[in-house]
Amino acid sequence: MLVVEDLYVNYKAIKALNGVSCQVQQGEIVALIGANGAGKTTILNTISGIVSASAGKIVFEGKDITEIPPHEIVKMGVCQVPEGRRVFSKMSVLENLEMGAFVRNDKKGIQEAMEHVFQLFPRLAERKKQPAKTLSGGEQQMLAMGRALMSNPRLLLLDEPSMGLAPMLVEKIFEIIQEINKAGTTIMLVEQNAHMALSIANRAYVLETGSIVLQGNAAELAANPDIRKAYLGE
Amino acid sequence: MFLQQLINGIALGSTYALIALGYTMVYGIITLINFAHGEIFMVGAFVGLLLVSFFKLNIFVAMVLSMCFCMVLGVVIELIAYRRLRRSSRLSALISAIGVSIFLSSLALMVFGADAKGFPEGAFPLHQLHIGNADISTLQLTIIGVAALLMLGLEFIVQKTKIGKAMRATSEDYAAAALMGINVNRVISFTFALGSALAAAGGVLVGLLYNAVSFNMGLMAGLKAFAAAVLGGIGSIPGAMLGGVLLGVTEIFGVAIGYSSYRDAIAFAILVLVLLFKPTGLLGQKIQKKV
Repeated sequence: MLVVEDLYVNYKAIKALNGVSCQVQQGEIVALIGANGAGKTTILNTISGIVSASAGKIVFEGKDITEIPPHEIVKMGVCQVPEGRRVFSKMSVLENLEMGAFVRNDKKGIQEAMEHVFQLFPRLAERKKQPAKTLSGGEQQMLAMGRALMSNPRLLLLDEPSMGLAPMLVEKIFEIIQEINKAGTTIMLVEQNAHMALSIANRAYVLETGSIVLQGNAAELAANPDIRKAYLGE
Repeated sequence: MFLQQLINGIALGSTYALIALGYTMVYGIITLINFAHGEIFMVGAFVGLLLVSFFKLNIFVAMVLSMCFCMVLGVVIELIAYRRLRRSSRLSALISAIGVSIFLSSLALMVFGADAKGFPEGAFPLHQLHIGNADISTLQLTIIGVAALLMLGLEFIVQKTKIGKAMRATSEDYAAAALMGINVNRVISFTFALGSALAAAGGVLVGLLYNAVSFNMGLMAGLKAFAAAVLGGIGSIPGAMLGGVLLGVTEIFGVAIGYSSYRDAIAFAILVLVLLFKPTGLLGQKIQKKV
């Protein structure tokens, strides 16, 4: 579904990615794990089109999207839940969800998507008139995910969904990620919480200073002694 | 006397507010002080004047056409002078804005000459109304009415329409808006169009109020409207409306109690005081650094 081929990204003199290649198949959950600054977020932002690649190619469903502007990429069915949630804090929950559906014009479809989001996150329905800044961190994460789902993406990019959340909430969020996946949305997940990420992913890539150093089946990676030492805190 | 001055002040203040809105909306979305905005106001006044004097159009028709013309002008200025500089330092765009401002006022000087032009007689059906002991002209009431109507329209667009909501989203978080599929460039163009239309309406109204349209009218009006936007809290739309009216009323009362030679100084004294004691303005919010 998504193929990233030999991707290079530079921020001025800093090399953020050095020839990264990875793939996501339809229906999968793929995790990208690695330390802070390894380039995980850069990969997602380059796929979304808000960071431009200096070399390499990104192909989504057979179409080269490397040079396509971000709003067109959303239209094609790739939507990102950014790191730190980035909800529109002064706007209401409802308006945030409407913004998620910005690329759509089918009133009925938008209504259905909204009902689906409220089913997934009943909390949001209770608070739909409130400004997003009045929500708790967990609720904001739910809103950010709901907002992205409003565009009805086929590929959902999730950047650090567990960041800053209490362990119980993290588990809840990961359950919902699995639910979203079961409903047919392919997921690419960036996480520092490698333990949680590997527990729900089918496959995973390990990123170190801009390059992929290991890849494979998530369960196998979770059992790999090097990974356990470096990322799972053993 | 009090009522008279209050109406004078509100009428003047509503024209400041119309211009201030453009500053504040553009700042809200791309954090640029668009110093060419005052010149858009001036161009708006000239286009209105031309349409009334040469094409004998009704003043309100001329105003609407002038608003349309300036919408295009604002969008083109952004496209040519600011868009490529969006990723460079803010100072570059600011200098570019000052360049556009000088270009437009010099162009107007070349085309229309240095002396102020007036609207032809009868362009606006002027009557005096006596309310209590105040003399209020229909022109002042029209200015207040048109400004209020335009601001209500703006409020509706920003709060209720899809593009208006996209404007608010983009001004809060540029990158997140792009990630939601909002075409940020189009939203920025739209913002320039809205702000420029309001400035053009202000230009025609001010041209009528003083019965004078000149190449340099944008400079002082632009700076005062900027002061009004800062007073209200730059980036805040209700703030610009409030700041404009407050500034106009303060200025008129300053003149009324005998400080008429300090007329222009009043606005800038307020600007300095606001920046010293409440830099976020009356309705502005602390700008949070986005991580």
